[in-house]
Amino acid sequence: MRKGLSWFNTTSIALGFAFLYIPIILLVIYSFNASRLVTVWAGFSFHWYVQLFHNQQLLDAAWVTLRVAFLTATIATVLGTMAAITLTRYGRFIGRTLFSGMVYAPLVMPEVITGLSLLLLFVAIGLDRGFWTITLAHITFTMCFVSVVVQSRLVTFDRSLEEAALDLGCTPFRTFFVITLPIILPAVVSGWMLAFTLSLDDLVIASFTTGPGATTLPMRIYSQVRLGVTPEINAACTILIAIVTVVVIIASIMTKRQEMERQKAERLAAAG
Amino acid sequence: MSNGVAEKTQKTIGGIRRKFAPWNDPQAVPLIRYQNVTKRFGEFTAVDNLSLDIYEREFFALLGPSGCGKTTLMRMLAGFEEPTEGMITLAGQNLVGTPPYKRQTNMMFQSYALFPHMSVWDNIAFGLKQDRMEKGAIAARVEEMLKLVKLEKFAKRKPHQLSGGQRQRVALARSLAKRPKVLLLDEPLGALDKKLREETQFELMDIQMELGMTFLIVTHDQEEAMTVADRIAVMNHGKLVQVDQPAVIYEQPNSRYVADFVGDVNILDAKVEALAPGAVTLRAEAAPDMPIRVAQECPAKVGDSVALALRPEKLRVELDPPADPSVNTLTGTIWDIGYLGDLSIYHVELPNGVRVKAAKPNLTRMVERPITWDDKVYVSFTPDAGVVLTS
Amino acid sequence: MAVKSSGRWLVLAVPYLWLLALFLVPFLIVFKISLSTDAIAQPPYEPVFDLAAGWEAFKESFSALSFDNYSYVLSWDNEFIEAYGSSLWIAGVSTILLLIVGYPIAYGMARAPKSIRPTLLMLVILPFWTSFLIRVYAWIGILSPEGLLNQLLIALGIISPDQPLQILATNTAVYIGIVYSYLPFMILPLYSALEKMDDTLLEAAADLGCPPFAAFWKITWPLSLPGVFAGCLLCFIPAVGEFVIPDLLGGSDTLMIGKVLWTEFSVNRSWTVSSAVAVLLLMVLVIPIVFYQNLQAREVEGR
Repeated sequence: MRKGLSWFNTTSIALGFAFLYIPIILLVIYSFNASRLVTVWAGFSFHWYVQLFHNQQLLDAAWVTLRVAFLTATIATVLGTMAAITLTRYGRFIGRTLFSGMVYAPLVMPEVITGLSLLLLFVAIGLDRGFWTITLAHITFTMCFVSVVVQSRLVTFDRSLEEAALDLGCTPFRTFFVITLPIILPAVVSGWMLAFTLSLDDLVIASFTTGPGATTLPMRIYSQVRLGVTPEINAACTILIAIVTVVVIIASIMTKRQEMERQKAERLAAAG
Repeated sequence: MSNGVAEKTQKTIGGIRRKFAPWNDPQAVPLIRYQNVTKRFGEFTAVDNLSLDIYEREFFALLGPSGCGKTTLMRMLAGFEEPTEGMITLAGQNLVGTPPYKRQTNMMFQSYALFPHMSVWDNIAFGLKQDRMEKGAIAARVEEMLKLVKLEKFAKRKPHQLSGGQRQRVALARSLAKRPKVLLLDEPLGALDKKLREETQFELMDIQMELGMTFLIVTHDQEEAMTVADRIAVMNHGKLVQVDQPAVIYEQPNSRYVADFVGDVNILDAKVEALAPGAVTLRAEAAPDMPIRVAQECPAKVGDSVALALRPEKLRVELDPPADPSVNTLTGTIWDIGYLGDLSIYHVELPNGVRVKAAKPNLTRMVERPITWDDKVYVSFTPDAGVVLTS
Repeated sequence: MAVKSSGRWLVLAVPYLWLLALFLVPFLIVFKISLSTDAIAQPPYEPVFDLAAGWEAFKESFSALSFDNYSYVLSWDNEFIEAYGSSLWIAGVSTILLLIVGYPIAYGMARAPKSIRPTLLMLVILPFWTSFLIRVYAWIGILSPEGLLNQLLIALGIISPDQPLQILATNTAVYIGIVYSYLPFMILPLYSALEKMDDTLLEAAADLGCPPFAAFWKITWPLSLPGVFAGCLLCFIPAVGEFVIPDLLGGSDTLMIGKVLWTEFSVNRSWTVSSAVAVLLLMVLVIPIVFYQNLQAREVEGR
């Protein structure tokens, strides 16, 4: 029965991936277009990249975005991991339903609502809007994503490892750092990366919670895109895509190598 | 089921079983025929040019270690694998090329493969619905099956609301519901604990007898195969090593492999010293000063290297030499004792370091046994206790 | 581990308080402002609760609350109700399209050889790591009247050069944008549901006489339903409030509540009306959100 379906499977995968990738590939190709018109190919050129690096506004925005994303990811990872531990390890406690509701709701909450509500909070408590309000807003919605990623690792975690450590006289606090954390580390790292990307990518929440002097890259790109397509934006996008691709490929090679080393070690051990 | 009924069924089984031997009848037509079947997965040959006949109403067991090809052999009959070469016929019809959903075989899966989103009732009715049986008939058959496996009260439950033993029964009922020509059982009791497994083995036999069906079971558990099967095929590396009734497999294994795989055995390397009609004299490396007589026709020649297989329960361990001079007697010291309750297993070290195991039933309630560690003992066995193996 | 160390208590308290302060409290503020009236002041609404002014003033502030914003939003004279309906419709159609596009891909991935599955999975996730904005932007160049799609169709002689397809600035472009941007969110839950499925169930179905296509509908489809629900909710809920896609790809007649809220807030400067719009949007979505939460909590915690 697998034989009969395989052409269907192959076709659907191929078409699906073509749909996912062709727009991105076209975007990259046209960033090297010499013409200003996106629709006319006028030869290969790095013109727009040069232009891009003279666009101080865009570079400033990129710097703000990176700082926000880095801070966000780091704090959200700590908070999200704590939330994940609470939800997987603490059993029942008063207010658990409310807590898990607050952890899962932001995953699907429309961004306009989150953005608006945070802005109104910042106004109500009289916080000056800018870099820090964006960061606070980003931490809040990304920590929930981190929590879900870490939780899914924690539930498959063999509890007896922790019990063994406690049995051997390790304090709960030390057990977490010596046993639990190293084992769930891959999930924590991918939680960090997810939070980083979400923060880097966010337009709506940042637009609501920003103030003078703190313009993020998506906001800058968005305001230019609304005026129409320009190859300069294509160039900016291409650089972002290149960075992401390189990071993802390095990460996957690293995990693969780790996996291979582990397998090799296992084979050696099995061979005696 | 009350005791009276159980006894009666047992008697019937005994009565039928004793007479049942179609494989000895040259007129009998096999139900299932594997003819020169080979199955290769890439480089790996799972089944190697194998031929096998299975008869109607037979309870047939395929026994072997994991990777020996027994499961592949069964899956080819169900239709999940197609043979690379050879032919498989069921009731005279060639099965090769027929998809599984058109074959008159049903399988009970090792994992049970119960549909998790369907109730017990719907699971059992699933196959019947595929045949577009009318509703009343389906209901009647499902009820009958539920009764057969004693799960009437659980019809509405979902698989995850059942215990392991109950799931196993649902799987059995589902695969029996269509009254297949052959029921295939893939390690059907592997997930059950020992006690439940033993009970279920007898139930399986009852059901097979009651429905008069042909069962083909795959197992790596030799006790299970011996308990349930009319005949056992011992497999290794995609080939059949021996196909025979359980007692023959156990008492007259045709090779070291079978002797070692089925049951516990002591194997002594030996050379043939003398041959006579119906008897052979060996000299074992472990006891060079003592000729061993075995009452058996032996295909080997004088001077050949052979193996002598001795089951532990056929060895007697005593502190005094046996009175009867016709039995074979070896001397040794007790190296270790394993007390199992019903039996004690004595590990006896022969003079040149080879150790043999002898099982002795504990016939009295004494806690201190007369034979103890480091005792010098006599290990004796009659000429018809051992088997000479040439391969 | 016993509940005694203060460290343990802290692990619970810090994220809990954080979410209370920055997730729950803001909603209460939104709710309160939705009951206030606009004012030319900073902040631009009244009453402003001022606890320092004492209990009497506080009580007085309460009496100043009103449902005027809601009756304004829910009046047929304004476009809000239409926008809610249109958002739900667009999100619903997009979700169905996503399911139709995503299911075969997820199914194909789950049936692919084990060795290449991680690679396929990575290829599905990879576009997600690139900016959402970039992915929407890419479609402007493809769908515009002089865009690449029209060029291709003209070159193939399917349409004439003087009559290019008008896709950009229509709802069709919004559908394409949503399907494209949300596809990984549909594929991943479907894939994880399909990949978990035990192959022997299909073998059992075949063994009991069920041909492959029927087995798909009787076994595979019902068992993948949790994935289908998760994927649909994960796409539907954010799509209802979507703002960037209708703004960049939709036309002036594309009415979506996220865009309306943004306009009300940043152009009309009415914080009170936009709060009321947000509260009503949340009420529209509260059932799917609660449903999704339960699904997610069961998936993550209750194995």
